[in-house]
Amino acid sequence: MELHELNKLRWHCTRRALLELDITLGRFLDNGFNQLTEPQVKTFIDLVAMEDHDLWALISGKVDAEDPVEIEVIAAIRKH
Amino acid sequence: MSIPVHKYDVVIVGAGGSGLRAALQVAEAGLKTAVLTKVFPTRSHTVAAQGGVAAPLGNVNEDHWMWHMYDTVKGSDWLGDQDAIEFMVRKATECVVELEHYGMPFDRLDNGKIYQRPFGGHSQNFGEKPVNRSCAAADRTGHAMLHAMYQRNVRANTQFFVEWMALDLIRDDSGAVIGVTALDMETGEVSIFHAKAVIFATGGAGRIYASSTNAFINTGDGLGMAVRAGIPLEDMEFWQFHPTGVAGAGVLITEGVRGEGGILRNADGERFMERYAPNLKDLASRDIVSRAMATEIKEGRGCGINKDYVLLDITHLPPETIMKRLPGIREIAIEFAGVDPIQTPIPVVPTCHYQMGGIPTNYRGEVVVPQNGNPSTPVTGFYAAGECACASVHGANRLGTNSLLDLLVFGKSAGESVVEAIKNGLPLRPLPDNAAAPSLARVKRIDTQENGESMFDVRAAMQRIMQLNAGVFRFGDDMKQGVKEILEVAERVKKVGIKDKSMVFNTARVEALELENLIEVAKATMISAENRKESRGAHVRDDAPDTPEHPNGRDDPNWLKHTLWFGSDNHIEYKPVNLIPLTAPSVELKTRTY
Repeated sequence: MELHELNKLRWHCTRRALLELDITLGRFLDNGFNQLTEPQVKTFIDLVAMEDHDLWALISGKVDAEDPVEIEVIAAIRKH
Repeated sequence: MSIPVHKYDVVIVGAGGSGLRAALQVAEAGLKTAVLTKVFPTRSHTVAAQGGVAAPLGNVNEDHWMWHMYDTVKGSDWLGDQDAIEFMVRKATECVVELEHYGMPFDRLDNGKIYQRPFGGHSQNFGEKPVNRSCAAADRTGHAMLHAMYQRNVRANTQFFVEWMALDLIRDDSGAVIGVTALDMETGEVSIFHAKAVIFATGGAGRIYASSTNAFINTGDGLGMAVRAGIPLEDMEFWQFHPTGVAGAGVLITEGVRGEGGILRNADGERFMERYAPNLKDLASRDIVSRAMATEIKEGRGCGINKDYVLLDITHLPPETIMKRLPGIREIAIEFAGVDPIQTPIPVVPTCHYQMGGIPTNYRGEVVVPQNGNPSTPVTGFYAAGECACASVHGANRLGTNSLLDLLVFGKSAGESVVEAIKNGLPLRPLPDNAAAPSLARVKRIDTQENGESMFDVRAAMQRIMQLNAGVFRFGDDMKQGVKEILEVAERVKKVGIKDKSMVFNTARVEALELENLIEVAKATMISAENRKESRGAHVRDDAPDTPEHPNGRDDPNWLKHTLWFGSDNHIEYKPVNLIPLTAPSVELKTRTY
C-alpha cells in the first residue's frame, strides 16, 4: 500500500464518531494490519467503511460476524 | 501564487448536528451552501450521543417549558443567560417535531406519540419530582438524527466538501467575516471559500485533556480559528467531567458498576470513599466521587508509576454476576485497560466529557464581541452553534439531553439569522488581496520547520498539564503552575515540525494544524480557570469551599459574570449574565441543591 493510501486509511480508522473505534482501529493499524493477507486487507477496508455503532457491535462481540474472512479480521482486531 | 476561490452565499464549517441543522435552514431557503467537514457527516461525534434530546412535549407526564427553563437555569448554576435559555426551551418542541417530519425514528408510545424517558436534573413543577422529557431513538439518538438531517440536506442541494479542514477565518478591514481558508486533504492544496456569511459548527475540544470521552476529531478547530481572528472565548473554565473513564483511554465505565458493588481503591488498597462519604461511600454523587478521586491523586495516593489514577475494583463480585450484569464493562476493561476485571481492578480517572464555554453568541446564533461599550456586539457575517458556541444556555454546567437540543435550536437559529441577513442585503464583500496569506504561512512553517518538535510529544505534554492542573477538582497552586506550563507548551507548538512533506493525505500536517487549535483552547481553559476564584457548577476549587456565606463556594457578588479570554495577550474581560428572560419571570438566584 502506498504511503498516501495508508495515511488515508489511518484517517478513516482514527477519525471516527466513537472514541472506542479511534483507539481500537488505530492500535490495530500500528500492530496487526501488516500481518493481514490480501483478502483480509480488503475485508478490513470494508469494515472501516461501516457505520460506527455497527462496527463497534462486531468488534466488542455484541454481534457476531458471519463471513469467514470477516470473522478472522475481527478476531485479529480484538487480539491487538 | 494563485489560490482557488470558491464562492458561496453561506459556508458552514462542521457537519455534526448543529452544522447539518444550520445547513438545512439556509439551503432550503435557496441559498448556495457549502459545508466543510474533516470527515463524512455521519462520522461526526454527534453520533456518540445516546441519551436523547430534551423537549417538554408532555407525552408521558405533564410538562411545561417554564419547568424545563427552571431546570436548565439551575443546572447552569445561574451562569446561563436566561433569554437564550427561554428561547431554547420554547423552540424545543418545534425542533423535535420537525426532526420527526424529516424521518427521525423516535421511540414511540402505544398511542403513537413520541416516547419520553426521565433524565437527571429534569423535573416537573420547578424541581418537585422527575419528569420524562428526553426523546430518544433507542441508544442511537445522535446517529439517527444525523442521518435524517444529512438526507434532507442532500435533497436541499447542500454541497459537502468532505475531508476538507478549515484553516482560518477571513475578515475584511471592517472586521466583517467574509470566508475561510481550507485544506483539501486529498490534494494538500489550500483554497479560499468566499461567502456572505460563515457559520461555525465545529463541536468541542475535549482532546485538550489526557483523559477524554471525546473522539479524536474533537480538536476545537473553530475555537482556534476564532481566537486567531481576534474573537474572545467565553466561560472556557467550565468543562463537564465523568468520574470513571478508563485511565489512558477515556472510554467510559458506567456508574452502574459502582451500583453493582464496585469499590474505588487508592494505591494502598484503601476504600477511600469511606472517608469522603461515610454513608453512601462509592455510591455518592458524581461530583463527590470525582473530587475524592482527584484529591487522592493530588495527595500522592494514586496508582501506577506516575500515581495518576485510582482503581475500580469488582474482583470481589462473583464472576457470574460480572458476566451476567456487566458484560459490556468487562469487554471495555479488557479492550482498553488490558485487564480482566474478574481478576484485576480497572484503572480509572475523572474524564473530560463536554465543553460548556465557547465562541460567544447570542440566541440568534450571531457571534458577539465587546465593542464601543456594548459587551455583545454582533460580528458581521459570523455565526456559531452547538458545542463550539456559548449562547450561553449551559452556563457552568449542562443538563443531560440539553446538548442535542442546543445543536438543533441554535443550528436552526443561526441558519434563520443568516437567511434574514442576506435577505436584508448582507453583501458578498470583496476579498482582501492577501486573504490566504496567514494560512499559507502556517502550513509552510510546519512543512519547513527544522529540528522540529514532535507533534505527539507536545500534544501529550499539553494533555498531561491540563489533566493535572485543570481537572474536575482544582487547586489554586496547581492552576498557577498550569498557566506557566501551558504557556511554555504553547511556545513549543510554534516549533512543531513534520517529517512527511507529501501533499496527498498528509495526516501528520493535519494533526500539527489541529494542535495549533487545541493549544488555544487549552490556554483559554487554564487561564480562565485560574482566574475565577469561586466554585460554580463544574468549576470547583479547593480554596473556594462550601461555607454559610458562600454555599457550594459560589460567590455571586463578585463572580456572577461571564469570562471572556482574549488570545492576543491572554487578558480577561467580563460581561454580565443576562438574568432577564424574553417573556418569563426571572429564575431568581438561589443555592443549587438536588
